Amino acid sequence: MEIKMPKLGESVHEGTIEQWLVSVGDKVEEYDPLCEVITDKVTAEVPSSYAGTITEIKVEEGDTVAVDEIICLLDTGDEQNETEQEQSTNNQAEDVKEELQNKQTTGSNNIQNDSVSANADGPKNNGRYSPVVFKLASENQIDLNQVVGTGFEGRVTKKDIEKVIKEGTSKTSSTIVAPKDSPKVSQQSAYNEPSPGSSIPVNGVRKQIAQNMVNSVNEIPHAWMMVEADATNLVKTRNYHKNGFKESEGYNLTFFAFFVKAVAEGLKAYPLLNSSWQDSEIVMHKDVNISIAVADEDKLYVPVIKNADEKSIKGIAREINELAQKARNKKLRSEDMQGGTFTVNNTGTFGSVSSMGIINHPQAAILQIESVIKKPVVIDDMIAIRNMVNLCISIDHRILDGLQAGRFMNFVKTRIEQYSIEHTSIY
Amino acid sequence: MPKLSYLEAIQQGLDQAMEKDDDVFVLGEDVGKKGGVFGVTLGLQQKYGEARVLDTPLAESNIVGTSIGAAMLGKRPVAEIQFAEYILPATNQIMSEAAKMRYRSNNDFYCPITIRSPFGGGIHGALYHSQSVESIFANTPGLTIVIPSTPYDAKGLLLASIESNDPVLYFEHKKAYRLLKEEVPESYYTVPIGQADVKREGDDITVFTYGLCVNYCIQAADMLSEDGINVEVVDLRTVYPLDKQTIIERAKLTGKVLLVTEDNLEGSVMSEVAAIIAENCLFDLDAPVMRLAGPDVPAMQFAPTLEDEFMINPDKIKIKMRELAEF
Repeated sequence: MEIKMPKLGESVHEGTIEQWLVSVGDKVEEYDPLCEVITDKVTAEVPSSYAGTITEIKVEEGDTVAVDEIICLLDTGDEQNETEQEQSTNNQAEDVKEELQNKQTTGSNNIQNDSVSANADGPKNNGRYSPVVFKLASENQIDLNQVVGTGFEGRVTKKDIEKVIKEGTSKTSSTIVAPKDSPKVSQQSAYNEPSPGSSIPVNGVRKQIAQNMVNSVNEIPHAWMMVEADATNLVKTRNYHKNGFKESEGYNLTFFAFFVKAVAEGLKAYPLLNSSWQDSEIVMHKDVNISIAVADEDKLYVPVIKNADEKSIKGIAREINELAQKARNKKLRSEDMQGGTFTVNNTGTFGSVSSMGIINHPQAAILQIESVIKKPVVIDDMIAIRNMVNLCISIDHRILDGLQAGRFMNFVKTRIEQYSIEHTSIY
Repeated sequence: MPKLSYLEAIQQGLDQAMEKDDDVFVLGEDVGKKGGVFGVTLGLQQKYGEARVLDTPLAESNIVGTSIGAAMLGKRPVAEIQFAEYILPATNQIMSEAAKMRYRSNNDFYCPITIRSPFGGGIHGALYHSQSVESIFANTPGLTIVIPSTPYDAKGLLLASIESNDPVLYFEHKKAYRLLKEEVPESYYTVPIGQADVKREGDDITVFTYGLCVNYCIQAADMLSEDGINVEVVDLRTVYPLDKQTIIERAKLTGKVLLVTEDNLEGSVMSEVAAIIAENCLFDLDAPVMRLAGPDVPAMQFAPTLEDEFMINPDKIKIKMRELAEF
């Protein structure tokens, strides 16, 4: 049975296999994920259309193929009685399984690595290490992920690691430099901080990010502006509702939701900011769909809050929460990322007070919300301590000039300063 | 070299000790005229006379108490307690008097007595005739407890015990009496007290055991060697005080340790061995320390099926060894 590259979106004609989640010989059930495919900025899993055994993987990780091209072959069992010889490859996996079972029950204890190594792409051991194995691994600088475990349930035994020490890690040294990001293992281990001196292969989402950034900078003449807003009342309003909101809704009422709301209102008032430069004409968008940047360790996603201008602060807060959850759990779908018309970036979470964003092509502008900081300011010739926030905007200078941007920014600033406990409804 | 049974080796040891040293004498229930219920002291009274092979009343505290008194006066008594369970009436004499004599008198007096007693099950002896009692005495400083596993060790350890100037409890496994046979030198020799012995070398797992279980473990190990599992069997020989150095050394070699005893699981000598390994070998362990022992029930049962359930045997050991080897 052939598995083809699915069509993962309206205008999508090709996809890149980011990683395979199965290897040859693996048994899969219907709907089991086979591989991760990236299109645009989305990572999607390709589910299996049938139950069966993987017999061949046609497309390497990192390769881009057109929609409907065959990416792997699956043996569903129906076509098994063709010739005896063809079966042998499929049955090999079962033999391995049987052999492992024998070891556990009747226990012939053939500690033979060849039987286990058939499953080369999966985790090589069960990730549970005894004190002596840890000691020997650290003394000999052995990456335990690369040691095949022959013990109970794939545990690395002392003998396994002694064998690696004796025979050297020649087989594994090449893979250690660029540890394969196998999902089954990486779920347990933390994100691997790349070590100095090593190189990180650029593929998948990172490659897409890089491409988009270069496109944006090459095509769009960026201009930059920053205004300072007084968020004291916003802070008071949010803190007033904070605990009650969390109790009744179950998620946090963030500052960011207030800012997004103000920006959405600003875009309604100044629609030129909500547009795109397309082939020498400026397309004005009907909907206000705000992209928000969500970072997940080494990846950056920009899911979209659709029709943000029609939503309450609560509605926006809920969507921010949902999208962030999805990004962290790698559950974002292509629909979640499509249709953005303007981007708001919450750079303040990193402690930034000023930054210049690169526009999310083909949008017209990107707005960065910086850290809210207490500062002495002069009000009516008196010094007061206020919660101040910098709003930074990068604009496509082909579409916008300083005038429109300035008006828009002033509108947003005013909206932010108008939040108050008495007059602001978050519902 | 003639092949001697475990019992004959002990008998020969007693004979040679009495021959060598006139101060050595034997006392116990039915040890003289009858020659012991198992026949260990058979012929000794005829050879050395009633004064050196004494039949005593059925009073164990008396047997041990008499021995302690005689030892004070320079004798080397070898007391026999007919079955290990019967030693309990004498615990006060053993633990409070014999064990503490040297300490209490600041080295003026010492207590060179040997107390022999058959222990262990598998002979349809049921209650009173099948238990292991070593753990009762195994935290009394001043005492030494030896448990030989082979005819060679039985003779050598017995002679070393009689030579020792401090009290030694010498437990002999009654099922081993006629079961185990091997070549034993006819000459007088000793096997050092306080030293464990590697009875079989292997690099997959290490088994610590003593008594009849040593033989069972070697049988199980031989069966497993056909499957490519190499088992090391270490005979503790002296179960108190333990040979910590050897235990630590051998445990570190494989990092996989199985402890086998016929005694009840909880609070046995093996619990202490496990503690020594835990304290000293953490970073050399490759698996949890495993134990195989009798269940925590009041006594070894009379019904053959239940006795089998209680007793350690090569098959049970094999299963446990394999479990550890495959961990």
